[in-house]
Amino acid sequence: MIRILKYVILDIIKNRLVLAYAIILAVLSWSLFSLEDNSAKGVLSLTNVVLLLVPLFSVIFSTIYLYNSAEFIELLVSQPLKRRDIWLGFYTGLSLALAAAFMIGAGLPLLFFADLGMSLILITTGLLITFVFVSLAMLVTVMTRDKARGIGLAILVWLFFAVLFDGLMLLLMFQFSDYPIEKTMIGLTSLSPIDLARIMILLRLDVSALMGFTGALFRDFFGSRSGEMISMALLVLWAATPLLISGLRFRKKDL
Amino acid sequence: MKYGRAYKLTGVLFLLNSMRLYSIIFCISFSYFLSARTLNVGKNFTFQKLSLAFKAASAGDTILIHSGQYSEGNLIIDKPISLIGIGWPVLDGEKKVEILSVKASNVLISGLVVKGSNYASLEDPAAIKVYDASHVNIIGNKLEDNFFGIYLQYSKKCVIRGNKIRAYGKDEQMIGNGIHCWKSDSLQIIGNEICGHRDGIYFEFVTHSVIWRNRSHNNIRYGLHFMFSNDDAYISNVFRENGSGVAVMFTKRVLMINNHFVENWGDASYGLLLKEISDCNILNNYFNKNTAGIYLEGVSRADIVENTFDDNGWGMKIQASCMDNRILQNDFKGNTFDVSTNGDLVLNTFENNYWQKYEGYDLNKDGFGDIPFHPLSLYSKIAENNPSAMMLYRSFIVMLMDRTEKVMPSITPDNFIDEKPRMKPVYL
Repeated sequence: MIRILKYVILDIIKNRLVLAYAIILAVLSWSLFSLEDNSAKGVLSLTNVVLLLVPLFSVIFSTIYLYNSAEFIELLVSQPLKRRDIWLGFYTGLSLALAAAFMIGAGLPLLFFADLGMSLILITTGLLITFVFVSLAMLVTVMTRDKARGIGLAILVWLFFAVLFDGLMLLLMFQFSDYPIEKTMIGLTSLSPIDLARIMILLRLDVSALMGFTGALFRDFFGSRSGEMISMALLVLWAATPLLISGLRFRKKDL
Repeated sequence: MKYGRAYKLTGVLFLLNSMRLYSIIFCISFSYFLSARTLNVGKNFTFQKLSLAFKAASAGDTILIHSGQYSEGNLIIDKPISLIGIGWPVLDGEKKVEILSVKASNVLISGLVVKGSNYASLEDPAAIKVYDASHVNIIGNKLEDNFFGIYLQYSKKCVIRGNKIRAYGKDEQMIGNGIHCWKSDSLQIIGNEICGHRDGIYFEFVTHSVIWRNRSHNNIRYGLHFMFSNDDAYISNVFRENGSGVAVMFTKRVLMINNHFVENWGDASYGLLLKEISDCNILNNYFNKNTAGIYLEGVSRADIVENTFDDNGWGMKIQASCMDNRILQNDFKGNTFDVSTNGDLVLNTFENNYWQKYEGYDLNKDGFGDIPFHPLSLYSKIAENNPSAMMLYRSFIVMLMDRTEKVMPSITPDNFIDEKPRMKPVYL
């Protein structure tokens, strides 16, 4: 597995796209922080980067990379290697490369400019989001053989979690605003990794406004240390589940 | 002057000046009276008990209370005398009685530790209670664990200065106010520190009074509470971590200058709560990390000028029942929502404020943006009607909605507008 991992990472570095990703993130975050005299505003803009750009790039890059390595995967499968190791090797290779790019691009300037607690939360969520969307990409590629359809599906996955899901939540909220829906809403947010990450950040950024929110329930749940742990655990679960399903399918897949 | 109604300012200055005058008069009168008598109370002194000294004293005498423990039940001061503590003598009510009842004018109480007044729901016992008197000075005492701290009723021209008032209340019903003033006039409340009471300072039917340089923090309800108290001023106070910072209700002509409202957090918590008031001036205050900086309901003709709203959940919640208020030259920065309202009716003026969220330009370089600013964001309106929608704040779809609304205002009232927003904050 370690050897496969090494091959994957070397291959990705040769690919240079991840390098470009790191550079784009770096340019974005350095300029955001040096343009704003107030680091809080830079953090705010970076939040959007973490919540939109990172999942988009992670899911699409991983999908394309996996489709392009289809022949390499076939070659590996023909060797006396466990399929599980091959799959895990690809997953760790991809997520480590992307995570490293995120750390270099966005993590360093964050640690440099923003206050520690805030930057740690942003970095953690960014990394977790990367892991989740690489894992979702693995699931997408194993679902369909057709590259075009696969990439389309990946974009759809991103679009759903980044935009549509919140729209649906908003709709639900308005339709059922007369009912006590807070608990349900908390339950529903766990259905979207981006929402989970967003709320973890929100609780640090807009504490004062959330203190006013009548559903103290919400604050009590997510605001406490245990709530933070739970949302992080949910994100890990969001990374593990698609990987597990895709792994199981890959094991039985006729290549 | 610039903002009109500035004569109030001069009024306050006069009040502050007259403070000095009073203290001089007091000094003169003290030296005159001192020629009369000084009574010493303490273990090794003429009087062992306070009550005996009180009985022996005649008008104008000074009673020096030396350090020790005095638990003598309720003590009534019914002649103009001065009580001066030496080495912090402790007057302990042992949770059974009201400790000092002042029923005469021209009394000085200073340097005492007064603690343990009883709890009663009908007659409001206090550590020091002044009944129907004038020129009572309560200066530099420590009040610990009382039901009410200092209680004034029907009092005039009293000075409460430099006291430390601390209680450990947990429940609103079980604890009184730190400094409670009722139907009084011309009071000066200066440099006190109050914490752990229900309201730090409470004013009901109190007029022509000044509250200056106090620190009121960690009180259960309000740091400072006004009811039906006209023509007062509070200046340079700090209100930190109270249930709500300050509440001004059913009142006219109150001056609020240079106060700090900090970290008043909670579900229904405000830095400054204004309800049914008129003709007030709110100048140069600093609102930081409150759930809502100012909440206005039924407020008319208030001038809100040169305040800083920094890092609050809502800078201002201005209800549609407010009219003819002028919100000028304020700084709004780092708030989640700068302003919110609950209706479409806008009868207030916003002008020359600095909005950190403003994205306009200034071509003629006059320091003011060339395009007007709509401070009301769509989502603040949505969150107002449907608080649980806060959960979706900062998501992409919400950002999109807010942007669209900024470009084409359709849901938020389009006359809610700052025509000439500042490019740079008033205070950096």
